[in-house]
Amino acid sequence: MHSRPPALTESLLDNGLKVIVQEEHTAPLASVWCWYKVGSKDEGPGITGVSHWVEHMNFRGTTNIPRDQVKGIIEQFGGSWNGYTWIDQTTYLETATRDALDRMLFIESERMSNCLYHPDDCESERTVIISELQGGENDPDQLLDQELTATAFKAHPYRHPTIGWLSDLETMTRDDLYSYYKRYYVPNNATLVVVGDVDTSDAMKRVERHFGGIAPGAAVPRLRTIEPEQTGERRLTIRRPGTTAYLKLGYHAPSVTDPHFFPLAILDAVLTGAKGLNLWSSFRVPPPQRSARLYRALVERGLTSSVGGALLPTEEPFLYTVSATATAGTPLATVEAALLEEMERVQRHGVSDAEIVKARAQLRARLVFDRDSVTNIAHQLGYFETIARADVFASLPSKIAAVTVEQVAAAAGDILRASNRTVGWFDPLPVA
Amino acid sequence: MSLDPIRSQLGNGVMLLAKRTTTTPAVSISLAMRAGSSCDPAGWAGTAWLLSRVIDRGTAGRSAADIAEELDGRGITLTITVTRHSFTIGCACLSEDFEAVLALAGEIVMAPSLPDAELATRKGEIITAIRQDQDNPAVRATETLMAMLYPDGHPYGRPTKGSLETVEALTRERALQLHADRFAPGALTAVIVGDIDPSQAGDAVDRVFGGWRKPAPAADAVPAARRAIARRRGTIPMPNKAQADLAYGFVSIARRDPAYYAHWLMNNVFGQYALGGRLGDSIRERQGMAYYVSSSLDANVAPGPLVIRAGISPANVDRAIASIDEEIAAIVRDGVTAKELDESRRFLIGSIPRALETNGAIANFLQTAEFFGLGLDYDTRLPALLSEVTLDEVNAAARDSLDAGTATVVVAGPVEP
Repeated sequence: MHSRPPALTESLLDNGLKVIVQEEHTAPLASVWCWYKVGSKDEGPGITGVSHWVEHMNFRGTTNIPRDQVKGIIEQFGGSWNGYTWIDQTTYLETATRDALDRMLFIESERMSNCLYHPDDCESERTVIISELQGGENDPDQLLDQELTATAFKAHPYRHPTIGWLSDLETMTRDDLYSYYKRYYVPNNATLVVVGDVDTSDAMKRVERHFGGIAPGAAVPRLRTIEPEQTGERRLTIRRPGTTAYLKLGYHAPSVTDPHFFPLAILDAVLTGAKGLNLWSSFRVPPPQRSARLYRALVERGLTSSVGGALLPTEEPFLYTVSATATAGTPLATVEAALLEEMERVQRHGVSDAEIVKARAQLRARLVFDRDSVTNIAHQLGYFETIARADVFASLPSKIAAVTVEQVAAAAGDILRASNRTVGWFDPLPVA
Repeated sequence: MSLDPIRSQLGNGVMLLAKRTTTTPAVSISLAMRAGSSCDPAGWAGTAWLLSRVIDRGTAGRSAADIAEELDGRGITLTITVTRHSFTIGCACLSEDFEAVLALAGEIVMAPSLPDAELATRKGEIITAIRQDQDNPAVRATETLMAMLYPDGHPYGRPTKGSLETVEALTRERALQLHADRFAPGALTAVIVGDIDPSQAGDAVDRVFGGWRKPAPAADAVPAARRAIARRRGTIPMPNKAQADLAYGFVSIARRDPAYYAHWLMNNVFGQYALGGRLGDSIRERQGMAYYVSSSLDANVAPGPLVIRAGISPANVDRAIASIDEEIAAIVRDGVTAKELDESRRFLIGSIPRALETNGAIANFLQTAEFFGLGLDYDTRLPALLSEVTLDEVNAAARDSLDAGTATVVVAGPVEP
């Protein structure tokens, strides 16, 4: 017998900090995540990349964790720590043995209000981040993804890359970073998640002790731009030296709270195999896709060496992307024709009952596999709370089970329209 | 809390390890054959890799489409990995699907049909992947480093995927021959971890593999590797890239070497602890020269490599290499401090529960323990093995493995030849 899903406790501290605690007694571990509702969509011109840079700075020491004591602060408990920034969120995590719970909470409380932003550290981190950007540019597929997103959005700040544009990274100042930190890193803009071998009431007492004294901040500003409806197909071609040709389609897609989201997730499973529904799990294991429509149409016919779909839950409407890597010698036009033929077929005719049954089974299995560690459970709770509500995570199985063939057909008909898509090519020039 | 797995051997030599966990209603299956890329025939690098891409595309009893439906309908992705010495078929499945999935995996292991059409399609995919690797500075730097550290056809110096030439020329017969020569019950370790009773797992493994009869293959002999006696540098100009990747390495030690734990701790201090150990402190934190820098020790059947990798702005390549040289000189000359050793030791011991949290991680751990003969209780002995290492032994490991004067250094990216 496997253990039943443990109870989840949600609380709100007086300063506005949302706290989620879930007991999981399967291993002597605890995972602490602190999520902030700030990501690259909150950045304006001139400071693109600031959210991600701030994330880097928040590993550089605090008032009560001097710079030279950062190293080892969680490792001495056998723990690991990390963070990431994306379009809607910035998050930090520690996973360690349960006796490190107090240490993990201390680190996150310090990070919320006491980071140092020493000017020398800001400069040192500038070159680290530019190195990260250049490393990403080395990958043609990543470059194409960045350009496709910038083309698909003309107004909404989802259009710029999370790492930022190079000129902004070269010119941003320490004050840009610090003021951004002070504006968004307030308890009333954060969610703390604790999952593991902990006692809920004990954990809450510790949370109150570490975070209760942090003053709330002013309500954080929100950008209000809504992307206008796309009125015709957009195209871009990158021509740079390379060995391999890549193609991407991007369709404006519903946010996680839109009724079309789960039908589209089922549609993606039919087209390219089911992924988990969060940023991390989508990278973990390739999807089961050998019988998926696009795999059969492209990979099995030898036109591409891979095909993948990406529909990630987001706060506002983002993109559903389909990516393919052309096999050596296959023209991109041939790949595109075969891909669009399949997309138009499903747009016109929808999917079958048997395909829906299979897609549901795949997603159900993926959701089980994604619950295999305290770190992954905590990640998903915080992820959904930050973009919508934590209870969306608990409701995933029922939402997936409830999707009908008609809803999938409607989502396909609406979202896969030619006028809603952007087509991107990486068409390589010969390498010198 | 110890793993305490069940270990047994079928009459035909198949080794079974099973461990019950109840975190999720799922099971991880790991079937490891001692048939890695070191088994590629001379001149035919990539044979095991090609077999890994096509082995699950048809069996004596099922077509590729049948297998695809069987897997996809249950939400399963088979992950087939080829390392230097192992060919492993792994997956996670729901507990309710365990027996059906194991039966399918067994068919794939024992009776692949390798249809010609599948072989041709998969070869096209491999060729595309090799061409992608040729455009990837990190892969180019690492593969070139390995070829320089392990020259003259040594199996550790060959690219696992093979080359465009070898893959083009590989035939179904060669892949079948590798299967015939190396896949046998005596070379198979089946590890089952998850929400399944170990005796039920054992019965299922017996039903699937118990009737397989085939003599055990000869042991996989790996030639010794000579350490470099002078510093060498390789440069791979890739003017279309924005960032340079650096691979800087040495031939180090074998996994069964008694000094392994001292090397492990030394490497942790040098290039792992926190954000890349001493290397990370210098190159990323203090000088801001790289987004990533770390060192890894891949101790193996034969002495494996210790490799330092970094992604660096092209303007900083020489400065980064000089910094690595300085860090090597310092650790060899002055050794590590007692505090550093204590920190790394506490970290490695303390991270064991985290490293053994998921079914997949436990399965990998048990496969490694079985492969190197580390014992059923390796997880419980590991803290003591690390605790017994002395400061002198760690410093001896640094002197043994690290020497800037005999380092092999490869840079790929927008750099001059």
